[in-house]
Formats: sequence, C-alpha cells, structure tokens
Amino acid sequence: MNEEKQRRKYTTVSIPVSLYERIKDLIKDTGFKSVSDYVTYVLREIVAMHEAERSSEPFTEEDVERIKQKLKALGYL
Amino acid sequence: MISRPHGGRLVNRVLASKRRERILEEVDEFERLNIDQGRAFDAENIAYGVYSPLEGFMLEEEFLSVLDDMRLPNDLPWTIPIVLDIDEKTAARIEPGDDVMLYYEDIPVAVLHVEEIYVYDKERFARCVFKTTDLAHPGVAKVFSMGKYLIGGRVDLINDPPNPFERYTLRPVETRVLFRERGWKTVVGFQTRNVPHLGHEYLQKSALVFVDGLFINPVIGRKKRGDFRDDVILSAYEVLLRNYYPRESAVLSIVRYEMRYAGPREAIHHAIMRKNFGCTHFIVGRDHAGVGNYYGPYEAQEIFKEFPDLGITPLFFREFFYCRKCGAIVNERVCPHDESFRLRFSGTKIREMIRSGKTPPPEFMRPEVAEAIFQFENPFVE
Ligand SMILES: [Zn+2]
Repeated sequence: MNEEKQRRKYTTVSIPVSLYERIKDLIKDTGFKSVSDYVTYVLREIVAMHEAERSSEPFTEEDVERIKQKLKALGYL
Repeated sequence: MISRPHGGRLVNRVLASKRRERILEEVDEFERLNIDQGRAFDAENIAYGVYSPLEGFMLEEEFLSVLDDMRLPNDLPWTIPIVLDIDEKTAARIEPGDDVMLYYEDIPVAVLHVEEIYVYDKERFARCVFKTTDLAHPGVAKVFSMGKYLIGGRVDLINDPPNPFERYTLRPVETRVLFRERGWKTVVGFQTRNVPHLGHEYLQKSALVFVDGLFINPVIGRKKRGDFRDDVILSAYEVLLRNYYPRESAVLSIVRYEMRYAGPREAIHHAIMRKNFGCTHFIVGRDHAGVGNYYGPYEAQEIFKEFPDLGITPLFFREFFYCRKCGAIVNERVCPHDESFRLRFSGTKIREMIRSGKTPPPEFMRPEVAEAIFQFENPFVE
C-alpha cells in the first residue's frame, strides 16, 4: 500500500509558521490528517473556482446555428 | 454561463468527414480489434466529450493514478478507470505506434492510436474501485473476465455504435447550446436506469425548486434480465414529462454507458459526465450506483467531501416515501410519523406488480406512466 501511495509526487511550498500553527489547531478532531491535507483541500477548492471563472464556450456561432436547427427538429427548442 | 467542462475544454474526437472517408477507404489495412458494447460506448463518450478531458483509453500512469488517488495525473478528479483490455494473443500482434481499428458488431467504430500496452493487477483494480474482490459483484466479475493487458491511447471516432435511440441522443455540445438557448444558468442532472415512480419525481422536483432546469439523463446500455427495457423507460418518461412537468423546465436525453455498479466512485463519475453535458448540479440519492449490500446507503454522498474541486454541486437527498398520515410524499427530514404509516417505493415491488398485470397504486406511480408501460407486451429484458 505504501509503495502505491508514494507514486504521487509532492513538492514543498512555504507558509508562515504562525499560519501553520493556526491550521494545526483548526483541524484538530476533523477529518484532515495533516496541515498539508488541509492546505491541499482548500487550494483545490479555490483553484477550481478561479478556473471556472475563466471558462469559454466550446463552440462557434456557426456550430450554434447548426445545433439549434437540430434541436428544433427534435422538438427540444 | 453553463458549467465549465471538466478540465476546461470539451473534447471532440469525432473524425471530420474528409479524414473519415480516407480512413474508411483503407479500413482493411488496419489491425482489427473487436470490442464489446461497453467499450464501444466508452469510445463514443470519449469522442463526444462526455468523458472530457479524456482523449482516449487510459495509459498506465493515468490508470494507477485513478486507482490510488481518484485523480488523473494532472490532479483532476477522476474515479473510474476507462480502459480497454486485450488478451495475450492480441497483445502479441500489436505494438505501441500502431493504429488499430476498433470494431463493434462488425462496424468500424474508432481508430485507436496505440501508445502503451501494459499488464495490470485485477485484484487491486477491484479493491480500489469496487471496495471488494467478491466475484458476486457484477463490476468485479467484469474486471476478472477481462484480458491480461490494457491498451491505451487516443481514439478517433469513425462511426457511432448502432443507436436505436438517435432521437433521444444529445451530445454535450448540443445540451450546452440547448441550456443556453433556454436561458438556464443552473441545471440539475438526474441519473436513472429505471421507469419513474413518484419517489423519483419528488426527488427531481425538489431539486428543480432551486435551479432553472432539470436534465433527466437515463443511462442506456447493458441491462440485467428482469430490468425494464430501454424503450419502456424512455416511453414512461415521455408520458411523465408531458403530463406533470412544465415543458420549459425539463429536458430528457440519454447517455449510452455501461454501469459499473461502483457505488460512491461511480457517483463521482456520473457527476463528471453530467458536468460535461453542462449541468451545474447533480442529484445523489440513496445507494447511488450501488448493487447488493456492498456500499452504505449514503456512502455515495459522503465521497463528494473529498472533491472540493469537482466543479459540479451535488444535491443530496434522503429517501422519499409516501406517508399516509401526512397524505403526501415526504422523507424523514419532514415527516415525524412512524414506519407503519410509510409506504416505501420499491423498484422490486413495482416490477412484480407490473409483471402480474396489476396497476401500481397512484401513490406509487402516475397512472399515465403505468399505462405507458402496459402498452408494451413485455416491458422487461429477457
Ligand atoms: Zn408523515
């Protein structure tokens, strides 16, 4: 199991020790096993949110017209 | 703005007509590989972006990362291996770098650009994905029946696998346009593989109270004997929608996909597929994608805690039932009465009634839906 787990690569980022201590305190008796777990969780949440703001539609206006015709023919529009 | 595709970009690996024609002219020169229905549907889902950001069958690094971390190597949530297996004899005649033609029912479905052929540990596969190695679990049995090797690489779709439900088939790019045209900003996805009873209807409508649109997305694919047939499920939903849903707030279209019965892991996968169709929310009820007693009744809800970056919001519901005292369809969050007042919706019970020609009571199923089911001489899979 250990060997399986170690396949994932990790790197280090620095945070102030005071913040580290604060998080350590915060996650006591929660599902988070470590400060790293917590930081990973929170960062994923925030990164996904920012990525979502930068999204664009995956189609051109030409596609849209063709698709709208099909949707009308099928009774969806 | 509808939800962003998983990984940011909707994959499109359907070959454009010119290249497709050229390939079809040379089709006999390709190494041939027969695939089953589930893999043909996987290729279709990859090509139309239902599995975005996947562009092909998984390579070893992706496969292991999904098993161990429930994420792709680029950190995106992904819980179900999308893999293609081959036996030893086939592996001996194919090499990385080859282009292989995937056939389903004698139809060339897709070209696979082979990047890697690798051995894998079936027990680890089963343990990670299904949380059991019990061969009585249909997903585990499937894994243990697979060939010794997995073959990974990008696919280009040549032909859709034969589709008797073309009329009900919308691709993610199409549902995205549809949602936009309807002016829906929030859309909740509903996964089903059954005819609708009132429990389903209340689940959907409870969610619909909070969002702009409802996307009912039945899974069409290999079914067990005794399950309702696909055409029966679609016909039942048509009737339900026509009679009981505002036309402008619900959409019915199918996705072709082989159920894995992986419970919690599969619930995440179902949510990702609906995210790619453009949903912002996804309904997770009791025992989602479960089978037998392998998973706790609400385990498929709990797993969502591990994915703060899924990009689609799960809506969790407790089981609905009819309470004679309340005189309504309720769940334990709102009904204080004891079990003796409660009529539980049971798919098994409904199937039994229909099989013996009895109309389920109106507290269970809309009479119009029951009638639609009875229109079929045999509504069940033989
Ligand atoms: Zn009650």
